[in-house]
Amino acid sequence: MKPFSYEHAANIAEAAKATADPATRLLAGGTNLLDLMKLQIETPTRIVDINRLPLKAIEEAPGGGIRIGALATSTQIASHPSVRARYPLIARSLLAGASVQLRNKATAAGNLMQRTRCAYFYDTTKPCNRRVPGSGCAAIGGLARTDGILGTSNACIAVHPSDLAVALTALDATVETTNGEGKVRSIPVADLHRLPGASPHLETDLPPGEIITAIAVPPAPVGEQIFRKVRDRASFAFALVSVAASGPRYALGGVAMKPWRATASEAALAAGGDVDEAVAAELSQARGEGHAAYKIGLAKRLLGSVIRQSRGEAQ
Amino acid sequence: MTDLTDITLVVNGARHALALDPRTSLLEVLRDHLNLTGTKKGCDQGQCGACTVMVDGLRINSCLSLAAMHDGQAITTIEGIAPSADELHPLQAAFIERDAFQCGFCTAGQIISGIAMLDEVKAGQPSQAAEDLAAAPALTDAEIRERMSGNLCRCSAYPHILAAIRDVAGA
Repeated sequence: MKPFSYEHAANIAEAAKATADPATRLLAGGTNLLDLMKLQIETPTRIVDINRLPLKAIEEAPGGGIRIGALATSTQIASHPSVRARYPLIARSLLAGASVQLRNKATAAGNLMQRTRCAYFYDTTKPCNRRVPGSGCAAIGGLARTDGILGTSNACIAVHPSDLAVALTALDATVETTNGEGKVRSIPVADLHRLPGASPHLETDLPPGEIITAIAVPPAPVGEQIFRKVRDRASFAFALVSVAASGPRYALGGVAMKPWRATASEAALAAGGDVDEAVAAELSQARGEGHAAYKIGLAKRLLGSVIRQSRGEAQ
Repeated sequence: MTDLTDITLVVNGARHALALDPRTSLLEVLRDHLNLTGTKKGCDQGQCGACTVMVDGLRINSCLSLAAMHDGQAITTIEGIAPSADELHPLQAAFIERDAFQCGFCTAGQIISGIAMLDEVKAGQPSQAAEDLAAAPALTDAEIRERMSGNLCRCSAYPHILAAIRDVAGA
């Protein structure tokens, strides 16, 4: 790990301002950042610890939704009575990921801001446009079985690893942000992450100097909430493919560098199409590099199964 | 030279004032500064659970945490769980009774994780093994396995670890 200075953020505005400096990183749970710093993929010279900021609350929101503080841990969120009762999709998505040890530290905003787990992003002996812009992509043509099938580019085929983001996308949740001047805005979780295009190193639409303070979840639509995740082992593994359903809304995980709202499937179903048509509407555009090609069939079957389950049909 | 960070840790009830390079992980402080070598460094990336300790009662991977993040907090390690010098914690005794280890490298993490896990169940925290998230958790074998998935054992003593935890949970 490269040397860095360490301080606690004085307040939320100072924490936001600190992110304007590209050599500064905010430290919350640290479960991803510290790992990346050990590998010298992240080499900040200044660490600002934000764990003492008052951003941990999970509160009922006016109008029937729930507001989750940026620093609420996965354990706190998944154990919260209102989340378990009204947003089982959120609790299920969190409990399906990581271990208890990690969930006791990992935070809501950190979950959304975590980096990809593409093996070639982690392997500093290999080119990676996300890690070193312009260096190339070793995943394309490599052992890319965990990489993406939707929204990939010639520069990057990585996927975003968050299960929570997939659940929040199906729930139409937004993140609340603030900058150092106290300007507040809302960004839909579905729009927070960027697809790689030609610039995979630009990962979110959160500019330097602006931080997430909370996640706002509106009242859930009528209908079953479902989270299904396919992975290499039954626990403590990232998704190969996941599908979240909240009433008539569906989102896919493990397939793209962002949580993938299945708007084409939703539109096909709303127009009276059957499940197969709805699945094809979303996934006919899927493209899998070599070892990731199996994900196309996996995603089709899982999405079809979840749509049938949510509509009360035989799976 | 990096500026040192002054912190205080309360480890197994004893207060320690430390001046640390901020890069120092909680695990490194325990092992290399306080000579509490019961806690093990396995993968050093939060995947194996050998470094599991409790911080203010919550289990975490001490390898993935900077010591400076825990200024003023109470740390419990394997050295701090026995009620006295000549008496084992019930889960330590159960691990011996059930032969729940072979090489022993993961054992400290398994035992700390097991103790914390039983507290989590008492507090009603759910896991993905639950059919009904809103119900109080039942400590089935499936629940124990799921809740212990953050602790790997390369000797694969899992059936005996499960039995030891079941013994203490049912006691």
